[in-house]
Order: sequence, then structure tokens, then C-alpha cells
Amino acid sequence: MQRMENYVTLEFLSRSSNEGFARVAAAGFAAQLDPTLDELGDIKTAVSEAVTNAIVHGYPDQLGKIVMKLKLLENNTLEITVRDWGKGIEDIQQARQPLFTTGGEERSGMGFTIMESFMDRLTVKSTPGRGTTVTMRRRISARIKR
Amino acid sequence: MEVTATYRDRILELHLKGELDHHGARGLLTKLEREIEATLPAELVLDFSGVTFMDSAGIAVALRGWQRMRELGGCVKLYHVAPQPKKVLEAAGVGRMMTVQ
Repeated sequence: MQRMENYVTLEFLSRSSNEGFARVAAAGFAAQLDPTLDELGDIKTAVSEAVTNAIVHGYPDQLGKIVMKLKLLENNTLEITVRDWGKGIEDIQQARQPLFTTGGEERSGMGFTIMESFMDRLTVKSTPGRGTTVTMRRRISARIKR
Repeated sequence: MEVTATYRDRILELHLKGELDHHGARGLLTKLEREIEATLPAELVLDFSGVTFMDSAGIAVALRGWQRMRELGGCVKLYHVAPQPKKVLEAAGVGRMMTVQ
């Protein structure tokens, strides 16, 4: 268990207009780690995918609660948890396959693939009918201080 | 997101402006298909110079364009793609299917 240095918890409604808010909030929290623009881009992209999944797949026919936790762990590590209490995922392994989607033609099926490739670690826990929790970790490289 | 379409010399160019996420891309696929149907271009250019952020919603848009243009025997080019969207496109292997600059 890594020691926690700081955290923020955000709760918001599953409206698509909150996708932009969630990634900007995550980038704002990550700023204290002095990330590069590239690292910030990766974090924003991964958060966007996780939150969009909760909105599109967690709550396809209704609005619901999404909670995003941002944690700063030791070793310059950022942990992001996105949780919903929606529909859940029947088959997580299948959902994580590139190009697999149940979201129709507007979705590419690349969400989990992007989260995986942009973050160091991705865990997905889900119970059908109860909801989904996605946890991602990314270590921010130490930069030479001037 | 704002979309402006121009058509000249059998080239259909869509200028995208704003954030290309699930929220911003709403209606963009329909707009893309309508413009292709109306002009039947030989080349589709998606101008990314105004795109400030892109996630996998943009992959769906690029792939749809590619699919439609392939049916017409044409090609797709993505121009002025910033590093962040470029990385997302690369993660999906889109660069192997169309020109990304």
C-alpha cells in the first residue's frame, strides 16, 4: 500500500458536458507533480475515456452519479479512480479488447486500449447491475529543478 | 465543436474547431456523412488545426471517414494534427490507414 500525500474527491452527474470538466479537474490536480505537457495530455485523455465510459455505458438510459477520486501517492504517482453505480460490465475481458464496443457507431471501442497505453496501470472492477470502478495509475517523471 | 465544410476540385475539407470528445462529437458523424453524400469527393481532408483536445471519439470520426471514402475509391488526409490528438490516433493504428500530418 502506497502512502497517500494528497487527494480530491469530485462527484458529478453523468452528463456529457462534464467530460471536459473532469479532465480539466484531473489535469489541475496533477499540476502539483510538475508534469510535462505530454504527460498532462495523457492524463486528460485517459480521464476522458474513463468518464465517457461511465456516462455512455454505465448510465445508457438515465442520469446517475459519478465519483472521481484523484490521489497523489508517494513516488510522484497519480492515482485516478472513476466510479459509477450504473449498469456494470458483464464481461470485462471482452470489454477491454481493442475495437470491442456496445456503444454503437459513435464509439470506436478503443477507450480501454487508450487508458492502458496512456497510463502505467489499469484495473477494472464491475458487477452487473451494481456499477463499475476504474482505477488508473501514472507515475510522473521527475524533472530537473532549476 | 464547430465544423466548417468547403468543397473545391473534388476535395472536401472539414475544418474542426474545439474539443473532439464524446460530447463535442455529437452530430459530427452525421454532418461528415451528409457532406460526403452531397459532394462525392475524391479526397476528404480533416483539418485538425482548431482541435484543442481529442479522445477516442475522434478515432470513430476518422474511421468513418476512411470507410466512406474507401467505398468511393478516394482517400482521407488528416492535416495539422497536434501532438495530443496524434498520440491518440497512433494508439489506434490510424496512421497506418491514412495520412496524418
